[in-house]
Amino acid sequence: MIKKRITVKLFAYFRDNRFKQEDREVGENITVGDIVDSLTIDREEVGVLMLNSRHTEFSTCLAENDVLAIFPVVGGG
Amino acid sequence: MADKIYRVNMTDLTSTIEEVPAAWAGHGGRGLTSTIVAAEVEPTCHPLGPKNKLVFAPGLLSGTVAANSGRLSIGAKSPLTGTIKESNAGGTASQLLARAGCKALIIEGQPKGDTWYSLALTPDGVTINEEKELIGQGNFRVVETLAKRLEGKPGIITIGQAGEMRMGSANISIKDPDGGLRSSGRGGLGAVMGAKKIKFIAIDPKDGKVAIANPEKFKEANRTFAKALVDHPVSQALGQYGTNVLVNIINEAGGLPTRNFSTGQFAGHESISGETMHDTILQRGGKIKHNCHPGCVIQCSQVFNDAKGEKLTSGFEYESIWAMGADCCVENLDHIAEADKLMDDIGLDTIETSVAMGVAMEAGVLPFGDGAGVCRILKEEVAKGTGLGRIIGNGAGSVGRAYGITRVPVVKNQAIPAYDPRAIKGIGITYATSTQGADHTMGYTIATNILNVGGKVDPLTKEGQVELSRNLQIATAAIDSTGMCLFIAFAALDDAKCLPALIDLINARFNLSLTGDDVVNLGKYILRTERAFNTAAGFTSADDRLPEFFYTEPLPPHNVVFDFSGKEIDTFWNF
Repeated sequence: MIKKRITVKLFAYFRDNRFKQEDREVGENITVGDIVDSLTIDREEVGVLMLNSRHTEFSTCLAENDVLAIFPVVGGG
Repeated sequence: MADKIYRVNMTDLTSTIEEVPAAWAGHGGRGLTSTIVAAEVEPTCHPLGPKNKLVFAPGLLSGTVAANSGRLSIGAKSPLTGTIKESNAGGTASQLLARAGCKALIIEGQPKGDTWYSLALTPDGVTINEEKELIGQGNFRVVETLAKRLEGKPGIITIGQAGEMRMGSANISIKDPDGGLRSSGRGGLGAVMGAKKIKFIAIDPKDGKVAIANPEKFKEANRTFAKALVDHPVSQALGQYGTNVLVNIINEAGGLPTRNFSTGQFAGHESISGETMHDTILQRGGKIKHNCHPGCVIQCSQVFNDAKGEKLTSGFEYESIWAMGADCCVENLDHIAEADKLMDDIGLDTIETSVAMGVAMEAGVLPFGDGAGVCRILKEEVAKGTGLGRIIGNGAGSVGRAYGITRVPVVKNQAIPAYDPRAIKGIGITYATSTQGADHTMGYTIATNILNVGGKVDPLTKEGQVELSRNLQIATAAIDSTGMCLFIAFAALDDAKCLPALIDLINARFNLSLTGDDVVNLGKYILRTERAFNTAAGFTSADDRLPEFFYTEPLPPHNVVFDFSGKEIDTFWNF
């Protein structure tokens, strides 16, 4: 199986007992949602997902060198 | 207590209490300040002359126990933009003014001599007193001195040296429950107060209370309203990380204006982020949560201590941290906090002044990243009113003109805040069309463009942005009239119970039967009133544009420009 290298970034309280940034190798057809699930982050708590600085969805498949950023629901201004 | 209009004439040093005209009765906050400014101020007048008027108005619900209702609106013709202006802030003054029975305080005229004054407002009226001791002093000295001089816990509205010197970045500060300051920052309203020769206003409502027409209904509506606020996850995140949680997400989206708006990501983002600030506050024994006015259930403010554990600043906001941080490339959060405290003390808008510093850095006045240099210039140049200090204190546009710089991020001469309009296009429409110059709070499209609150609109495409900005600007104008903090909007956008509960609160307070349509119509009326003032002042649709460089310089990492035609922008006003 071909492995793809990706980077995962976490923000706000998603970092608690996890990490800020981690490089991973993932298999074919792995989606953004699979990564979220593997981190035991409740999908309901996810506010924003960005893939290479663009908004994305749980169903998006990951590609080589993708940078995935996972944010809880946050706001400010 | 029946609400009255308190009017102070600084030309002949008299004051009166007037009945509320029927046309003003249904208004509060921004709706009232803009209505009064539009009715009574000549649009072409000089903002620092005797014909301008400075108007203070608590919101429709201020002074009641309604959650988050303590915002005070301040309006005038802006010396920075030349447009109509409303700037609102927390602190205790709004609730105390409402309890004193003051629906609006209108300050007009101008004294002829060099004498400075203070005002004392009680339910009996306003007294005008000569002030000597505090002239030339910063806002913190004003608040500390008055805590000893005055009895009880009066509300305090004050200007620092910047307001006294009538600088375009001068804010008006409002004392918070703990003796800290909240700021009506934008548009140089502190210069208008300085031009009226008023150093501070003290408010003592005595035993005044706000009358509620239907107390039971009010209580019930407030319970529903407060629950909607508390339950929304954004409210919870704001309490934990403050507004500065945005640094990392706006950076990730490629829309964090960096190095005087030359790129959309800041390499030092992590060191100035909300996450780092949260951990630093915990390590140093500061306060993660703090309310800027009594009754706030969100508590996005905080107390940030220095390395010795002493209070350095409070109300340390994303916009200030972005401006001094990413835009000036300062990575040291302590330098940013020190600069924040200095600007609060001198009485400067942190957005305008920090963006001005970024333009000054581009001009070579000081290097990018020089946080210590920023603090030095604030203390030794701006606070003392040197030539350089006055150039910076008059805002980003002033620095650009003085040094011949073309990358000057302003609309209607007001500095653009913390979201680059090339990478987040909805906010560009707000900056361009706002009746008050570039201001994110006028129609906060970031909620929907970036945060997925109130739906989703892709920040990098043009589709849907004008409509999004229009709907938000209309809703915001209405919310700004209630005395509510704008952060109720996150819950209002997502929770179907929130907005009806807010309308129920207004209906129960005044025995009215307003509907959602009335609220939308109120927002439209306010925008149209403000725009009519600007048109009469000489503004045209050609002023509703972004600076040239946003159309010509692609912004990394997305390498995008702002690509709305003038015609497309102008469709904003099709309502």
